[in-house]
Amino acid sequence: MSQIVVEKKVLNENQKLAAELRERFRQHKILVVNIISSPGSGKTTLLEHTLERMEKTKRVALLTGDLQTENDAKRLAKWGFPAKQIITGGTCHLDAKMIEKHLADWKLEDLDILIIENVGNLVCPTSYDLGEHHKIVILSVTEGEDKPLKYPSIFVKSDLMILSKVDLLPYLTFDAELAKQNARTVHPGIEIIETSNKGDGLEQWMAWLEAKLAAVKAGDAVSA
Amino acid sequence: MHELSIVASVLDQLEEIKKQQPAGAHFSKVGLRVGELAGVDVDCLRFGFECSVKETPWEDLVLEIEEVPRRQRCPGCNAEFQAENWATACPKCGEAATITIAGEELQIAFVEVDE
Repeated sequence: MSQIVVEKKVLNENQKLAAELRERFRQHKILVVNIISSPGSGKTTLLEHTLERMEKTKRVALLTGDLQTENDAKRLAKWGFPAKQIITGGTCHLDAKMIEKHLADWKLEDLDILIIENVGNLVCPTSYDLGEHHKIVILSVTEGEDKPLKYPSIFVKSDLMILSKVDLLPYLTFDAELAKQNARTVHPGIEIIETSNKGDGLEQWMAWLEAKLAAVKAGDAVSA
Repeated sequence: MHELSIVASVLDQLEEIKKQQPAGAHFSKVGLRVGELAGVDVDCLRFGFECSVKETPWEDLVLEIEEVPRRQRCPGCNAEFQAENWATACPKCGEAATITIAGEELQIAFVEVDE
């Protein structure tokens, strides 16, 4: 009996593809964000607000993942930016291959920002690098304050946490300070923006995107 | 939930490794390394593995999993420590922003071959 030392990443293929995508995004100076949350935390709603506020001269494209239906892409297409649905047909996450495939008929030189809305799931998307610059996690105030402690990986890997639906706080027992403290316990450097459908935090969120885009255009973005 | 696709990736890679071995080489065990931050449930992984190898040429392959705790390094005083209960501040000097040096692994560490 002998042992072969392998020492390879299990998701080696995904990692290789993600590295290729990252290089292409770098060459074309495109900011790429990967938005991850539980189902119903407000990913699509945040994107609607984002597109509504986005300067029309900005070249933004969206890829949105779901197990079934084109509903999200239809919702997002209303704002006049290209949006494409990725139907995973049961798979609980997006992987780099799906991104590559769905980017194929877009010209990367025509884009400034690519927003990827992952499948609603706090666990599996964490393991799949899509070549993005930043993972963003959304936690809504109708969930538990301890989510960052229960699902730490995604909070550790995200550069920004959006605390959504904060206009509902008066009606809930949710302790927003505790939720933020929990996020900072697992990831001390995580940035946090509180948002709502009433407009809270959206200016700050748009400024965050703008700053990250500027860093990518200047070529000094640190990729995830 | 995605443990089954992880098992599929492992078996695909084993097929590739096997091609580089002399004909007739038999793999008896595969060793995986799974970090605390990998987002993988080890029980699900074992279950997915059992289901995936059943009635296939991998049926008698033994799965060994090494679970890796999260370790941090302090950029201030260079202390290395295990993050207990997700507390990542340096226990020596109190520095809050420490660096993760282990716990993100999702690797095939080794395979054992019967000659």
